[in-house]
Amino acid sequence: MRGIFTIFRKEMEDHFSSIRFLLISALIVMVGVIIASMVGMGIQEESKGMAKPTFLFLWLFTSTGKLFSFVQFIGFFGPLIGIFLGFDSINRERVSRTLSKLLSQPIYRDAVINAKFLAGAAVIAIVLVAIVLIISGLGIRLIGVVPGSEEVLRLAIYLIASILYISFWLGISILFSVIFRSTATSALASLAVWIFFSFFISLGAGFLADAMAPIGQSGAGMDPTLVVKHEQVQRTISLLSPMTLYSDATTTILDPMRKTTQALVLMGPLERLSLSRFQSPLPLLQSLFIVTPHLVSLVAITFLCFGICYLVFMRQEIRTV
Amino acid sequence: MENQAIIEAEGLTKKYGHQIAVKNLNLQIREGEVFGFLGPNGAGKTTTLLMFLGLTEPTSGKVRVIGFDPTRDPFHVKEKIGYLPENVGFYDDMDARQNLQYIARLNRIPDKISSGRIDESLKVVDLLEEVGKKVGTYSKGMRQRLGIAEVLIKEPQLIFLDEPTIGLDPDGTNRMLDLIHSLSREKNITIFLSSHLLDQVQRICDRVGIMIKGDLVAMGPIEELAKKKLGVDKEHYTLEEIYMKYFKEA
Ligand SMILES: Nc1ncnc2c1ncn2[C@@H]1O[C@H](COP(=O)(O)OP(=O)(O)OP(=O)(O)O)[C@@H](O)[C@H]1O
Ligand SMILES: [Mg+2]
Repeated sequence: MRGIFTIFRKEMEDHFSSIRFLLISALIVMVGVIIASMVGMGIQEESKGMAKPTFLFLWLFTSTGKLFSFVQFIGFFGPLIGIFLGFDSINRERVSRTLSKLLSQPIYRDAVINAKFLAGAAVIAIVLVAIVLIISGLGIRLIGVVPGSEEVLRLAIYLIASILYISFWLGISILFSVIFRSTATSALASLAVWIFFSFFISLGAGFLADAMAPIGQSGAGMDPTLVVKHEQVQRTISLLSPMTLYSDATTTILDPMRKTTQALVLMGPLERLSLSRFQSPLPLLQSLFIVTPHLVSLVAITFLCFGICYLVFMRQEIRTV
Repeated sequence: MENQAIIEAEGLTKKYGHQIAVKNLNLQIREGEVFGFLGPNGAGKTTTLLMFLGLTEPTSGKVRVIGFDPTRDPFHVKEKIGYLPENVGFYDDMDARQNLQYIARLNRIPDKISSGRIDESLKVVDLLEEVGKKVGTYSKGMRQRLGIAEVLIKEPQLIFLDEPTIGLDPDGTNRMLDLIHSLSREKNITIFLSSHLLDQVQRICDRVGIMIKGDLVAMGPIEELAKKKLGVDKEHYTLEEIYMKYFKEA
């Protein structure tokens, strides 16, 4: 892998000195801190005088503040981070005519694309670890609970899943930057894919489920098998979306009270507090067991995406024109 | 050493779909010579250069550069050759030294050695005073000179120049031509350049090749071509006359 380290280093320097990176991290830190303080103060209020429930610490990440939880925020906004970091990585060098110069140096051609992907993934990892640490610090101050070893492990798994998930989107945007010569086109194409997965897949899933297992609007007199089938179809299709994969996996990992990956209702701290009296948490291994297929799928689509990107780039004609 | 071939092409052909960009090219370049590659726009000059560099795969035919096949062994070739593309690009938000240092690192030249070479080559192209500025602010001619400096830091054996004097002022052009000449004479570096500026080519090139629509229609020392095309006794001739004769025939 000659040249990969040099290119990696330059890409990292580019990222860290770019305004784009500054904006992204500022936004994440801001939103993360706001959510964490809202949730933290909420917990502080409501759990006064009560015994602290287990896994209280993880609530910082999974409880909805006023609007959404941190986990939901990353699930929705994370793809944009990946897209921002990668959408112009190859075609920018084409436009500035540095690509042919780069490739006339004694390096392997794949070093260019590997280094760019790795640098993007490294930036993602750094940003995510930093924000999780910030939230944890804030949480420890606010709710006065130090995370136990299991909570730390769960957070670590969450981090790995998140890095994979955002790297998938990084791969998508690098792929478009290889395919399209113009940076505007590649940005738009990446956004289009993001919109498709975040909105249309779930719409389409509902639509198809209705077609295959029609359940009426009337609540009474429904055939239970039909309802189950309806639900199954909808789940299967929406699992095609990396977002569903990711959000199912991470909520299960971070919320030991959940027994399946499927959430029916969103819960605030108060509902959870009352629920936790009646339930016992799922052991870490069990949670892992539930989400392993999700994680494997995430790894698979990330590698698939990068693999396509790699192949296209390696076969491309490089011209200065 | 003078007779050893540093580039050897045999039946080299490149097709883009049905269009033939380079047709059955046979050519040998000797070590240390300055070779001028001429031809109208779209003749296939850049395509030929790219095949020599291993940046474009030939459709058929054989080519050896410094004894290696550029498609199979791009590494050895790229290590020892410098390439100045037409319209060279730089990282505009870095300064000249940073740009050159990046290229030096990609060539695995240690920073200790490269910093000296960078100063030296920036001095050769007369850019030392502008070294602190971002390359984005450079004029076209300055970029062209920086491109030459970048080629020099890897101390190549063979340099490909695609229209090297484009955008240079008269004084800059003269100095560029002198530089090319001295690289060949003093350091025995082989220069392969493509250009449309025939008087310049005539000044510095030992031999020329004329390519028209993918065909190499003529190759040899300028005097020889003049004898062949313009008659034996003509004393004052220009490369332009020779070129136009070939062009009209094709
Ligand atoms: N990627 C490509 N796809 C299709 N045709 C191409 C491609 N690259 C080059 N060509 C064609 O090959 C021919 C030769 O192009 P080339 O760039 O080698 O010309 P050139 O001699 O360098 O011209 P100029 O003097 O204008 O620089 C042209 O007709 C061009 O249209
Ligand atoms: Mg050309």
